[in-house]
Amino acid sequence: MIIESLLVSAPDWAIRHAAVLIPVVPLIVAPLLALSPSGRLAWLVTIAATAATFYFALLTLGIVQSTPGGIISYPIGNWPPPIGIEFRVDALNAMILLIVSGMAFLASIFAWPTMLAEVRKEKIGLFLCAFLLCVSGLCGVAGTGDAFNLFVFLEISSLSTYVLVAMGSSRDRRALPAAFDYLIMGTLGASFYIIGVGFLYAVTGTLNMADIAAQLPALTGNRAVQVGFAFIIVGLGLKAAMWPLHQWLPNAYAYSPSLVTMFLAATATKVALYALIRWLFTIFQPDYAFEQALFYWVLAPLGIAAMVVCSFQAVFQNDVRRMLAYASVAQVGYMILGISIGTAAGVSAGLLHLFNHALMKGALFMAVAGVCLTYQGTTIRDFAGLGRSAPFTMTAFAIAGLSLIGVPLTAGFLSKLQLGYALFDHGWWWAVLLVVFSSLLAVFYIGRVLQAVFFQPPVNPRKHRKEAPLLLLVPLWILALANIYFGIDASFPAGLARDGAIAALGMEALQ
Amino acid sequence: MWEFVLDRAGYWAIIGLMMISLYIAFSAENLIKRLVGLSLFQTTICLFYVTLGKVTGGTAPILLQEDTPSGAAYQPPFEPVAQDAELLAATGERFADLVYTYSNPLPHVLMLTAIVVGVATLSVGLALIVRIREAYGTIEADDVRALDMETAALQDAEAEKELREATA
Amino acid sequence: MTSEFLIAAAICLPLIIAAGIAAAGKFPNLREGVTIAGSIALFAIVVQLTMRVSAGEVPELYIGEALPGLAFAFKLEPLGALFAFVASGLWIVNSFYSIGYMRGNRERNQTRFYICFAIALCGAMGVAMAGNLFTLFIFYEILTLSTYPLVAHKGDAAAQRGARIYLLTLLGTSIGFFLTAMMWTWVLAGQNLDFVDGGLLQHVEMSPVVASSLLILFVFGIGKAALMPFHFWLPNAMVAPTPVSALLHAVAVVKAGVFTVMKVSLYIFGDEVLQATPSREFLMDMACVTIVLASLIALTKDNLKARLAYSTIAQLAYVTLGAMLADRAGVLGGSLQIAAHAVAKITLFMCAGAIYVATGLTNISDMKGLGRKMPLVFIAFFIASLSIIGIPPLAGDWPKYELMQGAIDRGSDWVPWILIGSSLLNIAYLLPIPILALMPPPGSKPPKEFKRPGGAPWLTVAAPLFTAGLCFVLFFIVDPIGDFLAPAFATVDIDPEVNIP
Repeated sequence: MIIESLLVSAPDWAIRHAAVLIPVVPLIVAPLLALSPSGRLAWLVTIAATAATFYFALLTLGIVQSTPGGIISYPIGNWPPPIGIEFRVDALNAMILLIVSGMAFLASIFAWPTMLAEVRKEKIGLFLCAFLLCVSGLCGVAGTGDAFNLFVFLEISSLSTYVLVAMGSSRDRRALPAAFDYLIMGTLGASFYIIGVGFLYAVTGTLNMADIAAQLPALTGNRAVQVGFAFIIVGLGLKAAMWPLHQWLPNAYAYSPSLVTMFLAATATKVALYALIRWLFTIFQPDYAFEQALFYWVLAPLGIAAMVVCSFQAVFQNDVRRMLAYASVAQVGYMILGISIGTAAGVSAGLLHLFNHALMKGALFMAVAGVCLTYQGTTIRDFAGLGRSAPFTMTAFAIAGLSLIGVPLTAGFLSKLQLGYALFDHGWWWAVLLVVFSSLLAVFYIGRVLQAVFFQPPVNPRKHRKEAPLLLLVPLWILALANIYFGIDASFPAGLARDGAIAALGMEALQ
Repeated sequence: MWEFVLDRAGYWAIIGLMMISLYIAFSAENLIKRLVGLSLFQTTICLFYVTLGKVTGGTAPILLQEDTPSGAAYQPPFEPVAQDAELLAATGERFADLVYTYSNPLPHVLMLTAIVVGVATLSVGLALIVRIREAYGTIEADDVRALDMETAALQDAEAEKELREATA
Repeated sequence: MTSEFLIAAAICLPLIIAAGIAAAGKFPNLREGVTIAGSIALFAIVVQLTMRVSAGEVPELYIGEALPGLAFAFKLEPLGALFAFVASGLWIVNSFYSIGYMRGNRERNQTRFYICFAIALCGAMGVAMAGNLFTLFIFYEILTLSTYPLVAHKGDAAAQRGARIYLLTLLGTSIGFFLTAMMWTWVLAGQNLDFVDGGLLQHVEMSPVVASSLLILFVFGIGKAALMPFHFWLPNAMVAPTPVSALLHAVAVVKAGVFTVMKVSLYIFGDEVLQATPSREFLMDMACVTIVLASLIALTKDNLKARLAYSTIAQLAYVTLGAMLADRAGVLGGSLQIAAHAVAKITLFMCAGAIYVATGLTNISDMKGLGRKMPLVFIAFFIASLSIIGIPPLAGDWPKYELMQGAIDRGSDWVPWILIGSSLLNIAYLLPIPILALMPPPGSKPPKEFKRPGGAPWLTVAAPLFTAGLCFVLFFIVDPIGDFLAPAFATVDIDPEVNIP
């Protein structure tokens, strides 16, 4: 409804260029921020830029939903595809664009207090510049319809991410090796991807995703296609922190500045997952026997391993941020499991969980950021007794944590339920048991924190403890309430996820 | 057999280089050496793409005099509004007209971008190494790890002490 | 007032009360006033609804879908009305009792206590009125989560440990088995979870293995029913203040569990499918084992509340047994047990609480002769014990009678012997307590002085006396209750030999 009214009120140029403006706005604003003399000005401009991005993402979603075919094709520089680069947005990436831009907007609101505490004053402009570049890169990955262009945007986002992670060194020098490890792993991942694209280019002679998809059916069984495919899966899997390619993630999340952790956790792996879905379902056809084997023997076991192993690891973490980072890998496991079912129900469950996970991880890391700000500590012991001194921050944390477990009336419950249905429907009842088991592990690791927060006395009462600043509380509670709202009425995200799954798999998947 | 191997000599070289560079990137303890491995890996990819673009008997993809449309003023190669099918047909005809064979220019263009990306990665990596050196005084990965362990142990001890003071 | 409004009011009122309690937290008298007024209002609403149900109406409320096929829907049938009636009615009594207990004991965090209590009642109402399995599951979990702070109320290490076991067992079974069973049902029944007369799965082709596994997942997944081996949360929950044990762990929470088992057997499986399910027999055996074992363990417990907890486990298995019998008498017996046991067990717990407030005693061996000083409390205890044992004219008589009938009709001749043995065990572990207290053996030490000057607060004595009286009343109104419940088993095959006496 809001989207429709936006659509009506939007000017003509905005509607025409909305899809491409999503990555372009932050890309143009970013270098300006580097020149900004004042940090506060840079921050305000960032908010404006991300708000504009969010607006265009909503607009794009509206256009996609109201066009009959559900596809926006935008030829960059008016060079028609498949020769020119194409921006191609359908229901699947419209959803991802919405998540990324929405999270970027919320993150930029609460950026100010955390930056004051964690980033040197004269660096704030540069910091935000890197942040916007990252936003732009992620949106570009989600929007582009060109395989090589996807690599370029992936590297834009990755390079800025390395920088952002390293900015955490003012608080903890361990951020530097974490960023370096991430750089090595991330670059290798992107390189694997580009090798895979090279193989496909060698066979099909095109880089346009839709065009590759059109040519592949004729090439069934071609060895080069299969090798390229494998390279692409590994490369994107690394970016998506697919188990066991996730080693870079816990450290990167644990030591980067709060803003970065929150934004990355909510978006970065999701975008890589989107690219994975795009390649698996739109470009390669899932009825391809080779791909069926991949689903059953590679993706599903890896997803399950992530769910179980990383949940176990999360139980034994003492640092809340590391714990949540492992939980993230576990949640990526759920999404990959959903994708690996390969049916419309499965992909839509995976996508719904992707959406919900962005909401809950965003809220959780934002609440942790609040604790970091006022208390300078992120171990579970530091959290003890915070329920009394910071009730608002911690209640939001609790809501998002319950959502992560999958307690009824929260968003996480519905997506896990969807996943369970899809699994049962496909006959993978054994996987349901493992999903359930991993949820129980979530009860343990979230329960540990919540018990410390609400039922234990503060360990060191002399340390400064109080509520997080309002700039943080507002976006935090927006996310927390969204977790509850979408746990009661999930028609909006479920609709997005369903449309996304149909867009990925094609209309006939519904039957 | 030998023909099969020798025909693909370029690819074998690329695969060899790729393995070597991957090994360096993973196994080296010195951070700079790791970065060298990474750079080498990216360079290998460039080689791979350029090899792909080579057409047997083809020359560098710069239009020679004979293939330049004579007399006519410069025109963009494609009508922007042309339909896909027409466009493909049109380009196909143009290729048929050519006097010389050219290598595929597109991989070169792609690799220009990839080189830029590689340079950016390298510079960010080097900058990080500088900072690591400032913060840790070393650029050996295992030394950094040992120092991190020490820090963690120290922090634990400190928290323990704090706790004892607070309870006392 | 429309029925929709009444259902919405029954669900929302406890939440409004909770908000009111939070607002009035600073003024204890006002806060307790809100609780009492709210509980009476809730009871009035439930009475209204019950009257409509008994007039043959089926109040329904449809709110909307969370996801396609997963609707928030409420539908009140007689069984649910009975459960809601018992829970909300006893909440009034228990609220009065809580005031006496909490003030008499000078407990901390009383506001949080009353808030969580009201939310737990919301959960119980939701479970009673749920129109499909999805809604029921949500309120079931609300009930679990809202009672966690109540169990952990004391805040010391023992309370935290008990509460952790409580939460993990209940969440573990419900997520691990119940949720799985629910998802499975959804797929089997063609994306539907509604409670259907005669059973949602009655027309679904299922192999015996599938049906058996599903039933086992359901019955063990509903951990609140405390069927062994998932019973240990209940003794651990006894670290809670006594009003919590009384209302929640003798009435609302555990009855929500067995009520859910009933609902699943009646409206998800239906009697025909259930009878064709092989694991039904196994679950009946489990229920019998639970009855005997829990009674034996109860014998060994010296702590009064622990003994009552094991007694509850044994008594709850009656309901599961009745549900698994899957015939009219069995189901009726199970339903009557929900009401009869609730009234008797809340009395016992309230007596235990009164003793604790007055003297600080928790062990049975210290209570010899105490009846001389607190005769009313022990008389109430005595009456409730007799009701649990099943002696007419007390309420506990009927469920046992019906269950025996049902078992014999089903050809399970050994079940009546189990029930008789259980009655004997009841005598052995319950009756010595009031008898030794009222008539101590000559030469035993005189009991200690009251810890609290003046003994138990009068509210904590009056409340159990009132509920003990209810045990009598319930015996005589069993016929109307039977008529009232009749529509619930309209589809269960009617055996002419088994009539409501």
